[in-house]
Amino acid sequence: MAGDREGRRGLAAALSLPAVATVSLGFLLPVVWLARMSLNPSDASGALGEGWTLHHYKELVTDSFYADLALASLKMSVTATFFALMVGYPIALFLHRLESRWKTLLVLLAICPLLVSGVVRAYGWIVILGDAGWINSMLKGAGLIDRPIRLVNNHVGVAIGLTESLLPYMTLSLLAGLGRLDRGLEEAARTLGASPLRTFLRITLPLSLPAVVLGSTICFMLAISAFVTPRLLGGGRVFLLATEIYDQALLTLNWPLAATIAVAILVLFSLVLVASGRLQRRVAQ
Amino acid sequence: MRGIGAIAARLGVALLYVFILAPIMLVIAISFSGDNFIAFPPRSWGLRWYAALFAHDGFARGFRVSLVLASVVTALDLLIGVPAAYAIARLRFPGRDGLLAFLTAPLLLPTIVLGLAILLVFYPLKLAATYPGLIAAHMVVTLPFVVRIVATALSTLPGDIEDAAATLGASPTTVFRRVTLPLMLPGVIAAAALAFILSFDEVVISLFVVGPRLSTLPVELFRYVEGRTDPMVAALSTVLILATISVVLVVERSVGVMRSLGR
Repeated sequence: MAGDREGRRGLAAALSLPAVATVSLGFLLPVVWLARMSLNPSDASGALGEGWTLHHYKELVTDSFYADLALASLKMSVTATFFALMVGYPIALFLHRLESRWKTLLVLLAICPLLVSGVVRAYGWIVILGDAGWINSMLKGAGLIDRPIRLVNNHVGVAIGLTESLLPYMTLSLLAGLGRLDRGLEEAARTLGASPLRTFLRITLPLSLPAVVLGSTICFMLAISAFVTPRLLGGGRVFLLATEIYDQALLTLNWPLAATIAVAILVLFSLVLVASGRLQRRVAQ
Repeated sequence: MRGIGAIAARLGVALLYVFILAPIMLVIAISFSGDNFIAFPPRSWGLRWYAALFAHDGFARGFRVSLVLASVVTALDLLIGVPAAYAIARLRFPGRDGLLAFLTAPLLLPTIVLGLAILLVFYPLKLAATYPGLIAAHMVVTLPFVVRIVATALSTLPGDIEDAAATLGASPTTVFRRVTLPLMLPGVIAAAALAFILSFDEVVISLFVVGPRLSTLPVELFRYVEGRTDPMVAALSTVLILATISVVLVVERSVGVMRSLGR
């Protein structure tokens, strides 16, 4: 039997070796390299130097530009996550309660933006929010405005686009959470004379809180690292941590600084994960 | 009173659905614009932007690169991902949870960070802006899905049939070829379709690894939207949306998307 087990281990190792090698070379090595690169010096032009330094971390902490950047990223991510929750919760609740043969189709429609490229959806928002876009022509047609209101190339556009791009993840998380909820509890409350609102506030909402925390965590993490939506809807005028990584890496070519910002995002990630884990344990009680 | 409340709730949900679907719907609508710039509703309609699209060199080149890239990535993903998934789902060995966690770990990293990390390693290795580099970069983010989907599909299949075949004297190779493989085929098809779509649509990591001579369609699209906005992007987007829908429909017809995603 021992020989059998050995053989199985050998077979498993042989079968998974190519996949392990790919992930090691394409993921593990680059991440270690990224951390090392953040400790490399770079001169004024951004050119890469030899040796070790904490210079970029100091810059990140002391330069108010990066503090503002981090704050703007946090604000934007919290805003988009909040609105995704406000839109996603009613949709998830509606889908959870729906008993119809259209249910599968409506679930698919709610998450179908996942299948459409983020670039295409950002462009769609430009069509809606742009100066000659749908909303501005409607407002103009109704005689409410003379000049178009600015809805893209600023924080408003980014917040709207980001909310929409987070929405499928929020809806799926909430739907999964509501699916685990015991239907009998809601029915019992209703039978005992509680109003629909009271049933929602006392039964459904508290029991769905773990899903709310989980969905919000996922959305926040996606938002803080989102790049395509802020870049295209911000029109180069909205500066966030993710857009700064791109600018430093590909335009300024200061790789150590880009790596340092990337490490900072990862640190932020782990902090949020720890906080979310604690919060989840608390709401689950 | 309750009737009015219910109707108001349904109306609210309908509005939220408009919010979700409006960008996609308007992209399709404006692709038939005859204007020189984005205005909705357009002043004139026509197919001129579709004609312009098919005459656009950058998009045609990008399309060919993305097609080759996604095909190679999908084939290699299956070649190395399916054996790993089989090992995880079917062979009892210590550390297989750890193996699955390791192989799906790249999904935990934001693509903007992963893209930068890959650039930093690939550039000195002269892999940036080459096919091998792009293929490797795309495999990192698609392989986890292939492994997870195929492993899930396999672990939900009962092992009895394989045991029965083995008891009846089939060799391990025959069991795999005649029993396991056909049973796991739906999962493999779904994984292949997803890997293809993800690679074909990938933009953030590609932005870091492409070069002036080798660029993918999503990167060309991104740069075009960044630079100017005319309805040509809408025409291209509509073609891409229709292509995605047809892939999904084909998979749905043959295996069922929701089931194959292991939900």
